[in-house]
Order: sequence, then C-alpha cells, then structure tokens
Amino acid sequence: MSLLFVLFFVFASIAVIGAILLIVAREPIHSALSLIMVMVALAALYLLLGAPFIAAVQIIVYAGAIMVLFVFVIMLLNAGVEERTNWSKIAKFAGLPIGVFLLFELAHWLARSAIGKSIANGSEATNAAVSTRALSEMLFRKYLFPFEATSILILIAILGALVLAKRDE
Amino acid sequence: MEFIAQHPVLVASLVKIVILLVILMTILAYLSWFERKIIAHIQSRWGPYYVGAHGLLQPLADGIKFLFKEDLTPPASDKLLYILAPFLALTLAMTTLALIPFGPATVSIFGHETHLVVANVDIGLLFLFAITSLGVYGVALAGWSSNSKYSLLGGLRSSAQMISYEVSLTLSVVGVLLLAGTFNFNELVTSQQGYYFHFIPRWRIGPQFVGFLCYFTAAIAETNRAPFDLPEGEQELVGGFHTEYSSFKFAMFFMAEYANMVTVSCLATILFLGGWLSPFPERWTFMQYLPVVSLLALAVYLAYDTAVNMRGLARFQLAVVTVLAGGLGLLCLLPAVMPVIQGPFWFTFKMGLLLFFYVWTRSTLPRLRYDQLMSFGWKLLLPVSLMNLAVTALWIVYPLLVKRG
Amino acid sequence: MSVVPISYYLVLSAILFGLGVIAFVFKHNIITIYMAIELMLNAVNLAFVAFARAYNQLDGLVFVFFVIVVAAAESAVGLAIILTIAQNRQSLNVERVNQLKF
Repeated sequence: MSLLFVLFFVFASIAVIGAILLIVAREPIHSALSLIMVMVALAALYLLLGAPFIAAVQIIVYAGAIMVLFVFVIMLLNAGVEERTNWSKIAKFAGLPIGVFLLFELAHWLARSAIGKSIANGSEATNAAVSTRALSEMLFRKYLFPFEATSILILIAILGALVLAKRDE
Repeated sequence: MEFIAQHPVLVASLVKIVILLVILMTILAYLSWFERKIIAHIQSRWGPYYVGAHGLLQPLADGIKFLFKEDLTPPASDKLLYILAPFLALTLAMTTLALIPFGPATVSIFGHETHLVVANVDIGLLFLFAITSLGVYGVALAGWSSNSKYSLLGGLRSSAQMISYEVSLTLSVVGVLLLAGTFNFNELVTSQQGYYFHFIPRWRIGPQFVGFLCYFTAAIAETNRAPFDLPEGEQELVGGFHTEYSSFKFAMFFMAEYANMVTVSCLATILFLGGWLSPFPERWTFMQYLPVVSLLALAVYLAYDTAVNMRGLARFQLAVVTVLAGGLGLLCLLPAVMPVIQGPFWFTFKMGLLLFFYVWTRSTLPRLRYDQLMSFGWKLLLPVSLMNLAVTALWIVYPLLVKRG
Repeated sequence: MSVVPISYYLVLSAILFGLGVIAFVFKHNIITIYMAIELMLNAVNLAFVAFARAYNQLDGLVFVFFVIVVAAAESAVGLAIILTIAQNRQSLNVERVNQLKF
C-alpha cells in the first residue's frame, strides 16, 4: 500500500464519518463541527489531487468564513436539540433505504462508467501540483467575464444581507 | 538505525519538530515574564522579582499553580466542545510555526542536510492564513460551550472582532505579495536582499510602510490584545470567553494567545522586516561576531549584578544564568555553529522588537469600546488596506502602461 | 508510487452527495438542512477537482473557485433569510414554516 493510498483512505474515511455525524447529531452545533471536519478532509484530498491553491481557498473561505457564519447564526438563535415531529412510518421505513440505495447507485455507475474506466489506470494523470500562476492566468484571461460577474454577485449578496438584517427603525 | 537511513526526511522533520516545540514552549512561558516585567517598568515598579532572581522562575511558579488548581467543568455545559475548544486554539496557534523559516543555512541532522524550516510549502503564506482563519473556532466554541451569559457574549464579540480584522490583515499583506510575486517564505525573504546606496537594507517596510502599519494594527486586533481586548478584559465582561475555564485549560488559552502573538510577529518579520537578513552590509564580516559579543556582554552584566546586588539563593540562581549566557556565547564561537546562528539571531532580534512593541502598546493605550473597535476595523482599516493595495498595483503596472503607449 | 485512480474520488463524491441528500430530506432544523446543501456543493467540488486532474486541464479548478465564491454569497443571504424567519416564527423547525402569511 503506497503512501498516497493510505492518505486517501484516511481522509476519505474522515470525510464520510463527518457526513454521517452530520446526519446523526442531535444538536446543530455538532452538525456544524462535523461539516467543518468534512471540509478540512476535502481540502486535504484536494492537496492529494495536486491543487494546493484550491485547498487553501477551501479552508480560508469555506471552513474559515462560511462555517463561522453558520456557527454564529446557531449561537445567535440559540438552536438547541432538534424536536421530533410525528412522521408517517412509511417515510421512516421506506425513505432511508431508498436514500441509501440512491447513494450506492450513483457510486456504482460512476465507478463503472466509461469515464471512470478510461482514467482509472492513471497513466494520463501525473502528480504534479498546479501552480498558482497558471491558475490565475486562466482565471484572468479566459474566465475574466465570470470573474467580474461574480464580484457583482457578491456586491448584490452584501446588499441583500444588509437589507434583510436591518431592523425597522 | 536502518529506519533512520531509509527515511532521512521523516526523521529530520521529527527532530526539527521536537526542537521547535521545546523552544516554543520556553518562549511562551518566558513571554509572560517579559510582558509583566516591561509593563511593570513602564509603570515605575519592578514586576516579578522574588520568585527566582529577577523573577525568572515566575513562569515556573505560574505553571505549577495552573496544574494544581481545581479543574471545574460547568454542569450544564457541552462536555465535548468544552474540552475541545482550548486544545483547538492551542494546536492551531502552534501549527503555523511549522511553516516559518528561521535562517538560510543548512544544518545536517543524522547526515541529512536540511534547511531551518519544518515544512517548506510552496504556498506557505496562503496556508498560514488558512490556519489562522480556523483559529476563530477556538474562541467561538469556548464561548458557546461554557453555557454562561458572559462567556457567550464574550465569545461572540471576540470572534466577530477576529473575523473583521482578518480581512484587513490579509489585504495589507497583498501589497508585499504583489512586489515579491511569490507565496513561498524563503523567496519572500531572499527578495529583500540588497541595499539602497550600499548601506540601507532593501526591506519591504520602506515601500510598504502603510501596509506594515495596517498589518500590525490588524494583527493586534486579531490576537485580541490591548487596546483591542474588550472581549476578554476583566473589568468589562468578567473574563469573556474564558470565564468558566480553570487550571490547565485556562493556561492553554493563555498560551494560545501568546503563540498567536509570536506567529504574527514572525510573519511581520518575514514579510516586512527582512526575516533573517542582517541590516548591516555584507562587507562588514566582523558583524558575524555580534551574537557572541551580545551574549558575552549579557553574561558580564549579569555577573556584575550577581556580585553586587543579589544575596543568598537569588545570587546562586543568577550565577547559573550568567554561566549559561556565557556558555552560549562561547558556543557560538565554534566554526560549526557560527554561520548557522546568524540567521536565527537576527530573526529573534526583530521578532523580539515586535513583541516589545506589542507589550508597549498594551501598557500605554486605553481600551477601545466595542463599537469603536468595529467601526475602526471596517470604516478605517479596511479602506486604508484597499487603498494600499490599489496604489501598489498601480505602481507596478504604470511602467507597463506607459511603455505600451 | 502508483497513483490513486480517479474513480475512487468520484465514488467518494457520490457517497458524500448521497449523504447530503439524505440529510436534506430527513432533518427538521432549517440550519441543518442548509448545511446539507453545503455538503452537496462540496461533493460536487470534489468531482470537479478530480476531473480537472484526470484530464490535466485547469478549467475544473476555476469552476471550483467560482462554486466556492457563489456558495459564500448564497450562504450570506440564506442565513440572513433564516435569521428573519426564525425571529418571526420563533422556531427553527422547517415544518412550522408552512404558511405563506404568518
């Protein structure tokens, strides 16, 4: 077992355990913490896939800003233990197996698909890391218009959040 | 022994990690002594003096006190988060120091030549910001899990302050990145070599002075130190997010705060003050004896102090410290150690200067109120950082624009 | 050292996406449902990065960058909406938000 395989399985299992904890946790703050665990594990997987800049951006933006926002909202709203509602029994007994079946179906066909098989031998994929310079050249040349549009989108989001959070005085 | 031969990188990294941890723990402990002494002398008093000569054993006494205090846990608190928060804060604060290079020389550990850095990552600066942005969780979770009003308010305020000033911190550094063109710490330092007029060093603090001021102010706010320490000031919120913590967990929060200070000072040294570069020109090779001379001068002063001012047990302790300082000074005379010690000596000197500024600011300036703090961060510091970035970018691009027509 | 096949990353992405769907369907708290959305977005990001590595093109990484940025903007607005709803209905249970007019 080479080192890459071992690292992949360690981080993949951390991600899956985090996702399962998100479902199973009784308090929202524990779900938030498990989601942070998933995101950090995914950042490590991006490193293994040779994208260090994206890994750093994922931790800075996703785990370090968006999830902080989630944790703030949970603390401000004092979200406690989830209450149980009365659902129909059918939903509980048939819903969960169908959901798990969907999961395995997706995984099976992605693994057996032509795309999955053609790149599974790994001969085309080298393990060189992508340099930030190459990524930024692509971002500012080929995708310049989406970049500018995204900045306007962020401005709109700031305005929207301000308007929603403003109290009527 | 074959393990060491087969995995030289791993063993060398482990040795470096152990050395770094030991040095870091000592620095964290003695930083509290440093701070108390300087605040005391600014306030015309002596500070710790009796526990060991000149109070040098005070951190040890504090450590023993923290270890033996009763370890309370609030009954209705969230046990997992309550225990996790100080560990998270301390671990994240200490991890960032693995990325920082302390010198240019190569040392040979078990026959393997390594640089004086634990992990030389190509995008080191970006990872350092990633780890510091995760540091908000230690504070926020500590405030939430203590299940008390003061803690929750203090935790929320403190983490809101940290994320607000993090934006200005990152933006004030981008000017340096534009000028250097790389995220790698080693290259950031080596791009500051050379001298203007053959004797003024080409450090980034010259072109980026506004950036340095913004960075340092944002750093003081980010590490929750005075004058931005409202969330943890004792007169305001009883103790903020660490009200309900006692004994060793409280000590861990303290150590995490000092470790954050050390990290931010290291980063400022590398980015703005030229890292491990000496301020004196390269021709003055006699300057390589400066570490030796300074340590021996310290030993002479301590010997004078022992002989004249001390009595009894303190005299013996100070004599031990004198011998240690003299021994270290003579050790640096060895030809194997002399080139290696130059980089870390200047790095430590500049870092100590910045830490002195930290403590000086703490003891001089009054505390900012929370709304003043937030409006300062968003309405003054962020526009100034953005302006710095815009002017630096224009200054770089302008020759190209002129050339094109 | 042999390379981990890309299909492993795709299977992991599918598993995370499926778990996100399960969390979205079965949880009652608005904030937890929103976190399940973020989990699904992360799973898709992993698939993008895996394909970018497989075909040695950088377009996948630029897409990931945009997805992260748009998710940030969306979560800011979404959490503001959640705050407003929670203040109006005094409850975070998504079943209570079943009337257009309060």
